[in-house]
Amino acid sequence: MSETPKWASESFWKKVAVWVTAGSFLILVILTFDTLKQTSAGGERVPAYSVINKKIDYQFDKELNKFMPVIGGQELLFGKEFSEEEAEQLVTLGKKTTQAKNCMNCHTLLGNGAYYAPDLTKAWLDQGWLSVELREQQMISFLMDPEKNARTFGTGRKMPDLDITEEEAKGVVAFLKWMSSIDTNGFPYNFTTIYAEDD
Amino acid sequence: MSANPETVTESSSGLKEKLKALHSWAEVDDSTLNGGQKLAVKYFMGAVILFIFQILFGLLAGLQFVAPGFLYDILDFSVNRMVHINAMILWMLYGFIGCTYWLLEDESDTEIVGLKLGVLGFWVLSAAITVVVLVYLLVQTGAGNDTTLWLINEGREYIEAPRWADIGIVIVMLIFFYNVVMTFSKGKWSGIAGVLTLDLVALAGLYVAGMFYMTNITHEQFWWWWVIHLWVEATWEVLVGVIMAWSLMTILGVSRKIVTTWLYIEVALMFGSGILGLGHHYFWIGTPEYWLTIGGFFSALEPIPLVAMVVHAVYDSGERGFKNMNHPAMAWLIAHAFGNFFGAGVWGFMHTLPQINLYTHGTQWSASHGHLAFFGAYATINIAFFYIAIQHWRGNVWMGAESNNAWRWKWALGMLNVGVLGMTIALLIAGYEQSFIERAIGGSTWGGYFAAQVHPSFLSAMHWRMLFGLVTAGGLGLLVWDLLTIGKGETRKAEVITPAE
Repeated sequence: MSETPKWASESFWKKVAVWVTAGSFLILVILTFDTLKQTSAGGERVPAYSVINKKIDYQFDKELNKFMPVIGGQELLFGKEFSEEEAEQLVTLGKKTTQAKNCMNCHTLLGNGAYYAPDLTKAWLDQGWLSVELREQQMISFLMDPEKNARTFGTGRKMPDLDITEEEAKGVVAFLKWMSSIDTNGFPYNFTTIYAEDD
Repeated sequence: MSANPETVTESSSGLKEKLKALHSWAEVDDSTLNGGQKLAVKYFMGAVILFIFQILFGLLAGLQFVAPGFLYDILDFSVNRMVHINAMILWMLYGFIGCTYWLLEDESDTEIVGLKLGVLGFWVLSAAITVVVLVYLLVQTGAGNDTTLWLINEGREYIEAPRWADIGIVIVMLIFFYNVVMTFSKGKWSGIAGVLTLDLVALAGLYVAGMFYMTNITHEQFWWWWVIHLWVEATWEVLVGVIMAWSLMTILGVSRKIVTTWLYIEVALMFGSGILGLGHHYFWIGTPEYWLTIGGFFSALEPIPLVAMVVHAVYDSGERGFKNMNHPAMAWLIAHAFGNFFGAGVWGFMHTLPQINLYTHGTQWSASHGHLAFFGAYATINIAFFYIAIQHWRGNVWMGAESNNAWRWKWALGMLNVGVLGMTIALLIAGYEQSFIERAIGGSTWGGYFAAQVHPSFLSAMHWRMLFGLVTAGGLGLLVWDLLTIGKGETRKAEVITPAE
């Protein structure tokens, strides 16, 4: 009985380890190709950057039983219609600004980041901006001078002044508007948008 | 003042004198170390310094939850939190590199091939980290352009290091990798050597996935998780499996055949669940719905290898009657087995299924899990190895429960574990509260977020977290003191362990 049974032997588990690792990795690579294809900007899940020219809402879809972005008619940003190229440029400036200002170490984006400040996934649609008419200007003033326009909601937590220029602030707003149009499988749940009262 | 060659020689010889004095005060003896181990102790010392930074900046960030005005506009939460998590990742990496260099010559049965290159790599990496941290603290942020991403901060959680530093890190990792592979090739290969080498290929290769800028945030976060998840939930776990295997063999005398077989089982279970378990980060970032199924299923399996590790460690310890040559290291190894299982396994599983993750994603739940998992899985085993190294460095002295001042290591062990567990529970309560009030009821709006942040149970949780943070810091202070002194003046030699057949 001193002989090790095959299922408990070193060589058996070595082979299992190699095959399981290689197999899992292969499946991951295949799924990665498919996911990248399905999520390139301009597809169904991640809209083209020019979506910033349109009205974006987020509503409960009874058929799918989850919250879904709803892309509507024209609703220009800063009163201007952006071509696809211009829109991408502006969103890129915004995205780079969110990285350069280290937003993610206080906020979450798509739920990832730090938990010291609110999630930004649907920040464009938040009722905190009071009204659709005031929203753009409110966001710009807040980003450029967060201390004076602080929205602490009784916590005492204030965003610091990060020297965001007007152009960068516009970029961030465009980025946030574009991000709010991404199909995130119903996250966040139960979000009431700034358009809710109109309906 | 211009530096002439004489003053340079003088100051460098002065530095050498000081180092000698420090060595004799600490009663460590370099002649007990082989080449790889000389390199390893450098990394271990770097790791402890970074560990202190991690805790210090963690305390500052934690305090800002309690007193938001504290250091406002000087060292904001974002800066403190970034240094907190970056120092953590780096000290653990330093520890792992140190562990690898420590066992390299013993395991390969030959001398390390590139000792000088390895020393150069260490100093380059350490200098680069110093510059990066100074820039984090003094410059903090820049304009929204590529220059900032290259020189100041990439703004991506955990891998914020600017691009120039990324390239430096890759080069140093290549030096490390060269040393490992070439030394094993020159000497001999073993099961442990094979797993270690393949794991290091994956670990270094994955870092490259995090070195690109992308405007499409869905793509960016997709690749970002390749680095973060496949590091901490796959390649790092296998790496600690290797370290655990070698440690059990060394300080307990478990047979090589048994640890190697267990290691293969762990690799199969770890990669089998962890690689596709990556899917639990792809629920809500814009990626297709099939990830809900794949991520939920495979990540639910992720605790299994961690159970296997507990069984492995506890069974072998019991089988050897807990007779071992280094009690503090053994205690930390057991803390690792349980900490890994509870922190990474149980705490991860609790919120990994998409049906619950919809409400817990991006709340203090993640912070609770993060604290216990990083500590339980990675801090513990590195600390165990610090004790293995210091025992050897002091001339293989006796290190047991009745050593002089043994209360220090016992209290350090107790305080660090209680401290981190206390923070974990406090953050979990905050996470539950956030999931209900902000997520389920408040619908994740800004109003919902702040309603949850001012709730009494959240506020009291933040105070408790702070208190246990201080306990953790106290434990770290004791740990450092103990590492500097344990075994000093000890005349008995380490207990001799007879390896099992």
